[in-house]
Amino acid sequence: MTTLTALCTLVAVGILLIILIYIALQGIGSLSFRFLVDSPRPVGEGGGIGNAISGTLVLLGLSAAIGLPFGIAVGIYLSEFGSGKFGSLVRFLTDTLTGIPSIVTGVFVYTIVVVPLKHFSALAGGIALALIMVPIVARTTEEMIKLVPHSLREGALALGAPQWRTTLGVVIPAAASGIATGAMLAIARISGETAPLLFTAFGSRFFSYYLDQPIASLTVQIYNYAISPYDEWHAQAWAATLVLMTMILSINIVVRFFTRKRF
Amino acid sequence: MDQTIAEHRSPPTVNWKHLLAPTGNTGDAVFRGLLFAAALLMVLIAGAMIVALAVKSMPSIRQFGFHFLTSSEWNPVKSEFGALPFIYGTIVSSLIALVISVPLSLGIAIFLVEQAPRQVARPVTFLIELLAAIPSVVYGLWGIFVLAPFLRVHVEPSLQHWFGWLPLFKGPITGIGLLTGGIILAIMVTPIISAVVRDVLAAVPGSQREAALALGATKWETTRVVLVNGAPGIAGAVILGLGRAIGETMAVTMVIGNRAHISASLFDSSYTIASAIANEFTEATQDLYLSALVELGLILFLVTFIVNAIARVLVWNVTRKMSGVSSAV
Repeated sequence: MTTLTALCTLVAVGILLIILIYIALQGIGSLSFRFLVDSPRPVGEGGGIGNAISGTLVLLGLSAAIGLPFGIAVGIYLSEFGSGKFGSLVRFLTDTLTGIPSIVTGVFVYTIVVVPLKHFSALAGGIALALIMVPIVARTTEEMIKLVPHSLREGALALGAPQWRTTLGVVIPAAASGIATGAMLAIARISGETAPLLFTAFGSRFFSYYLDQPIASLTVQIYNYAISPYDEWHAQAWAATLVLMTMILSINIVVRFFTRKRF
Repeated sequence: MDQTIAEHRSPPTVNWKHLLAPTGNTGDAVFRGLLFAAALLMVLIAGAMIVALAVKSMPSIRQFGFHFLTSSEWNPVKSEFGALPFIYGTIVSSLIALVISVPLSLGIAIFLVEQAPRQVARPVTFLIELLAAIPSVVYGLWGIFVLAPFLRVHVEPSLQHWFGWLPLFKGPITGIGLLTGGIILAIMVTPIISAVVRDVLAAVPGSQREAALALGATKWETTRVVLVNGAPGIAGAVILGLGRAIGETMAVTMVIGNRAHISASLFDSSYTIASAIANEFTEATQDLYLSALVELGLILFLVTFIVNAIARVLVWNVTRKMSGVSSAV
């Protein structure tokens, strides 16, 4: 029996390694400094993913600016005041929203942001990603605050601190590294999202920093190149994937390294 | 005399601070008010999602009604929209994913919780979690250029050779279709199902294992006792995986062929609800077409919401009850 279960595990780990190694081997060929800073060009003229990298960073920054404070606030509410019926409702909704397909979030943001503004925009993309981020951040924040020993909280209250100072000055700092971990993992998660960006941020073949204009992203560019009929673009898709995976895996590994002692 | 006492005992004035925070401290009231606003916004967004999707899909709901779900005619040129091919493709590809992924995930979880030594379990758990960190579009890219050709050359011909008498494995072999989509989905939901099963098994109290072992059960029989105890939670994990498979978009879109028709063959191309939205949304120029696509989104939202709610309740029940028991012991 142990052989069988070990085999299952081996299959899963094997697939992971095959995928990662394949990406590294395929991607490294087209990777160069020019590729990282250039914007896309017509087939046969090279071109790069500089605009996609900068676009992804803009989108991540925007969604973090909206999603992190919002998510952390919901998380603090759940841990500090969430014991009642309303708290249970919020907790249930955040948990269920985590499982809503990201494409549905994209459709939702399309109807409430893109339609009123009349065109695709980086802002819409950022909002879509933020909406995906909020439930994840909220739940990890709540879990991390729950790990803070009760005696710390009681100590602060016994010294006469009001509740808000106890939470902000004592409890949150004690849970800060955990909350930061959750935030980083949420950013890693949304940096790989494609579906919600297709009809919000849409994509662009140029460098753009305007929030009311369509903007490129690594994932959408990978998708467009992957389904194109050109071998050169396929090669570029692999190279862009290598860049994206390097980013996501390093966030995951760094986070794991820093939280090793806790878990 | 009585009157003056009554005057002195007049209750403290109830103002907005007391309404927000029992302590009546201004800082507390502001703090709690802000956090409450964030939580309320969360609830409102969930409500706004349903409302916005429902309003936008109204033209399509009015035009086609219930027929939308049962018609297999999807023809934007003739403004005929029926979602049956997408529903079929979504269900079949998700089922293929579960058939492959559930045994695999159970094996992984049993290995990591019950059998592997700690030094092995930890790094392996991390590696399996990394599988969940790979973006959907990357699975899709890998699916198009590695998995699909592999299945076309090595797997599908032999399936057809041995099981070709089944309608499931008839028809031309292209490597792009339901089977490939299902396998990609299986790889993607395995880390999710196995992680939840792992949590459920870990929540089964050690006393259960000790009792079984003390009664002379073998290691495998003990594991069976643990599995039976965690059964509702495992069911929850599987349903959670199902929810993820139903809503998965990019990877499936890239390997399933995207043709709106119903075919018994797993080798044939198909279409899922999510991939229809991803593929056609920006092409939809007429209002009715767009509305039909938004209605697909509404269906997807409602189905995954219900599926996730059921799964959460099942998993919560097991992990809470069990941890309650273990802390009481």
